[in-house]
Amino acid sequence: MKKTEKNVRASRSSITRRGLMLGVAQAGIIGVLAMRMRKMQLEQADDYRLLAEGNSVKIRLIPPARGLIYDRNGVLLAGNEQNYRVTITREDAGDVDTVLADLRRLIPVSDGDAADVMTEIRRQPPHAPVTVADRLSWEEFSRVAVNAPALPGVSPEVGLSRNYPHGIDFAHVLGYVGPVSDYDLSQIENPDPLLRIPKFQIGKTGVEAKMEDVLRGRSGQRRVEVNSAGREMRELGRKEGEPGVNLQLTLDTRLQNFAHERLKGESAAAVVMDVTNGDILAITSVPSFDPNLFVRGISSTDYRALMEDDHRPLADKSVQGLYPPGSTYKIVTALAALEAGVIGPEDTVRCPGYIEVGGRRFHCWKHSGHGRVNVIQSLEQSCDVFYYEVAQRVGIDKISEMARRMGVGVRHDLPMSAVAEGVAPTKAWKQERYGKDWRIGDTINSSIGQGYVLASPLQLAVMVSRLASGKAVKPRLIRSMDGVEVPVPETEPLGLQEAWLDHVRKGMIAVVNGTHGTAGKAKIVLSEWKMAGKTGTSQVRNISAAERARGVISNNQLPWNRRDHALFVCFAPADTPKYAVSLIVEHGSGGSTTAAPIARDILLFALNDGLPPLEAYPSSQRKEVQSRFDALDLVDPETIGAGAKSRA
Amino acid sequence: MSYLESNLKTVPTGLRKVLYLNYPLIILLTAVSCAGFLMLYSVAGGDLTTWAEPQMKRFAFGMLAMLVVGFTPIWFWRNISGVAYLVALLLLVAVDLFGAIGMGAQRWLELGPIRLQPSELMKIAMVMLLAAYYDWLPVEKVSRPLWVLVPVVIILAPVGLVLEQPDLGTAVMLVLGGGFVMFAAGVSLWYFGTVIALVVALVFGVLESRGTDWQLLHDYQFKRIDTFLDPTEDPLGAGYNITQAQIALGSGGWAGRGFMQGTQSRLNFLPEKHTDFIFTTLAEEFGFVGAFGLLMLYAAIIGFSIYSALINKDRFSSLLTLGVAGTFFFFFAINMAMVMGLMPVVGVPLPLVSYGGTQMMILLSAFGLVQSANVHRPR
Repeated sequence: MKKTEKNVRASRSSITRRGLMLGVAQAGIIGVLAMRMRKMQLEQADDYRLLAEGNSVKIRLIPPARGLIYDRNGVLLAGNEQNYRVTITREDAGDVDTVLADLRRLIPVSDGDAADVMTEIRRQPPHAPVTVADRLSWEEFSRVAVNAPALPGVSPEVGLSRNYPHGIDFAHVLGYVGPVSDYDLSQIENPDPLLRIPKFQIGKTGVEAKMEDVLRGRSGQRRVEVNSAGREMRELGRKEGEPGVNLQLTLDTRLQNFAHERLKGESAAAVVMDVTNGDILAITSVPSFDPNLFVRGISSTDYRALMEDDHRPLADKSVQGLYPPGSTYKIVTALAALEAGVIGPEDTVRCPGYIEVGGRRFHCWKHSGHGRVNVIQSLEQSCDVFYYEVAQRVGIDKISEMARRMGVGVRHDLPMSAVAEGVAPTKAWKQERYGKDWRIGDTINSSIGQGYVLASPLQLAVMVSRLASGKAVKPRLIRSMDGVEVPVPETEPLGLQEAWLDHVRKGMIAVVNGTHGTAGKAKIVLSEWKMAGKTGTSQVRNISAAERARGVISNNQLPWNRRDHALFVCFAPADTPKYAVSLIVEHGSGGSTTAAPIARDILLFALNDGLPPLEAYPSSQRKEVQSRFDALDLVDPETIGAGAKSRA
Repeated sequence: MSYLESNLKTVPTGLRKVLYLNYPLIILLTAVSCAGFLMLYSVAGGDLTTWAEPQMKRFAFGMLAMLVVGFTPIWFWRNISGVAYLVALLLLVAVDLFGAIGMGAQRWLELGPIRLQPSELMKIAMVMLLAAYYDWLPVEKVSRPLWVLVPVVIILAPVGLVLEQPDLGTAVMLVLGGGFVMFAAGVSLWYFGTVIALVVALVFGVLESRGTDWQLLHDYQFKRIDTFLDPTEDPLGAGYNITQAQIALGSGGWAGRGFMQGTQSRLNFLPEKHTDFIFTTLAEEFGFVGAFGLLMLYAAIIGFSIYSALINKDRFSSLLTLGVAGTFFFFFAINMAMVMGLMPVVGVPLPLVSYGGTQMMILLSAFGLVQSANVHRPR
């Protein structure tokens, strides 16, 4: 027992000593923990509080409503349509396959789309909604909404998407919107954060693209609290944005539609301009395409069809297409010659059917020749030799200077895509471009709008407008922004003698109304709407001497894409000009036969603000005109939208 | 014949035992557990059934177990300590062989409806066996090398099995818990000094070898050590958890952001918020006041336990009580140090607060042993 007593005492003193040591060590560690707590929670609390806020408070953008686009009469051309769609969220759906199968019994979803949806769902975080079906009808939408309780994770939603009610007629001028691409972003220096929203739509071409900055509007902001997965928990604050600016264009829906319908089947372009202020009433390029397809995401089949069409529906021929203006360019050459004084108003040149310059023979279109012709007659009969002769006298540089004065060979400032500059060639230009000297043959070719000369239909319309008005009118497409009128720019006088202008106008009147006029068939018989015009036929191939010797093959025998382009420029009324039209039909063979009658119809539609009255046509043509109009599929003025009224 | 057996007459019997329970400990343990219920309710987003309710049931069972263990004579526990250790060891082997896969490591055994984590059981069984061993061993032999080797084997056998799982946190806990009992039993300080010196030298050597010809580890292993020691180097991977945990903790400030108002936990920025990182939610919502308060509750538990151990003349009771207190201390100290960025993240839960059944039951049963030692103290 004694031993035990001793043992116990030794054991107890040891344990007490060690126990106290351990207790002190533990207290020390607890002290360290408490100090750490104090440091983090009291001294650094503000820093950590900031970090916590940064974690959970995020700024989300509210996309603004895109500005609307109207025509000059208030007809809606580009609107924001309520878009009924159905989305599915994996997190809430649970068994996505079953839910999707159930959903497909209510609304049509193709197998391909369903597969796409499944891939997208797997790719996205579980809380992100994935769109299953877009642009549902109200019936389909409500069917889903009614059955929503049986479809977990499925949510019927309403959003805004761009819609073009008169899509095909305005496809090239308005353009279309589409989701921002990485390429788009890389092109912008300091991109609007809005553009980072997935699938945010911006203007891709045309007015939509050029006026993007005003149409887009300003985004609003929402301060939201998010969880670690990025899901929104609640809204902390909100600042509304500003919707985009509504644009009113100078275009006239019914005229645009008529021009488009009238040109259907051709590969062509037409521009209608108000000569007094430069307003563009119609600017069309056919064939066209449905811009709504691009907004929705065009299928590869549809896209390939558009790409492979030899009539090039995607190209905007009205501003982007460049053509040799052919005889319409004689207006420029004539003005240059008169202005330079190398020919008097009544001076004549003899046309034997050709001239010989430097050993080469240049033919007039009329091989038998026109005999003696003055300026007016040369325009009326479109004598080439007259221009070969005067061009040599005046020189290429003066002709091209006149062209630019008239609006050819300069880029017009119009909010459309790829507005082309064209070519009004000079000696220096050729030297720079081709490193070759200017030859006299080049001058001769240029004098009748062949060779290096290239112009777009828009430029030709400007040329005619300037001739008709005597003022340097500039084309204008935006009429007002958010109801505020865009002022018509002050137009300066052309600086040409009115006598010369009037002389050329007289020549154009003779083209249509004269006894030998090349466009005599396209006459307007109502005297108050008398038309002045100029035909043009531009070659798209070279005619070799050998071919000429065999006799030039007529256009009808050639394949479509080797036939000549048909052009016609005109204005009316001849005495008090109001509207100008320029028109080109690609490979249309002849300006007088193909282009002039169509241009006349369009001009009359503009003058009448509606279908042309039959009284305007020569009585022999009325029956044919009537049947042609009957075949057109025009918009109904009653249904094109509220606010549509007579042209303001 | 130990001191206890020679003084058996002074030990309370029958219903009188109720009077000798350590009531301050019961109150403190209940208080800490209640803090746990509150936090589990909060991190579940104000839902009782997810975590808080099951935890309450386990607490009730655990308290019952504590009383049953507490009323059972302390010598019974001493006598079965070898068996308890062997059973725990066999269960650990079983886990390595057929354990369920959880969190990337095998830790659980499915026994019917019960999911058992034998490593938790081992923490206590090992302490019991070590206490019994030193109770049996004459005091003068305690520091003799051969008699030091025996407890080292007792400790390292389960450590090896636990590392096999792999569960670094539990392995560290076992080494520290076992070492704690050996220290309390009076093993010479030289042994502890030598071990610590050797570990430091080994770590230093391995780290120094980096980039030399005699490099002891592969480069990728060094990289892992880097992120283990400094998680901020990998803020989106390993460092994400600890960074978010510290943001939660620090943003609590003096009085916290209010019950159920912590953005870090409510918005799911916090990882493992109902288990290893629950302390950060408490610190975020109740601030320094709450966090320091909990630390003081823990400190009081340790204090009462050590006091109870030191006034007990029975060697087994003293060492067991100290061992349980030490294990409990390492639980909360490592967990808190870990979430506060004082040490690398090893998986150690906050005792009685983190959600977890085995841990709750085992800890309360262990305090049952402390109660038993207190009740059956010779007076």
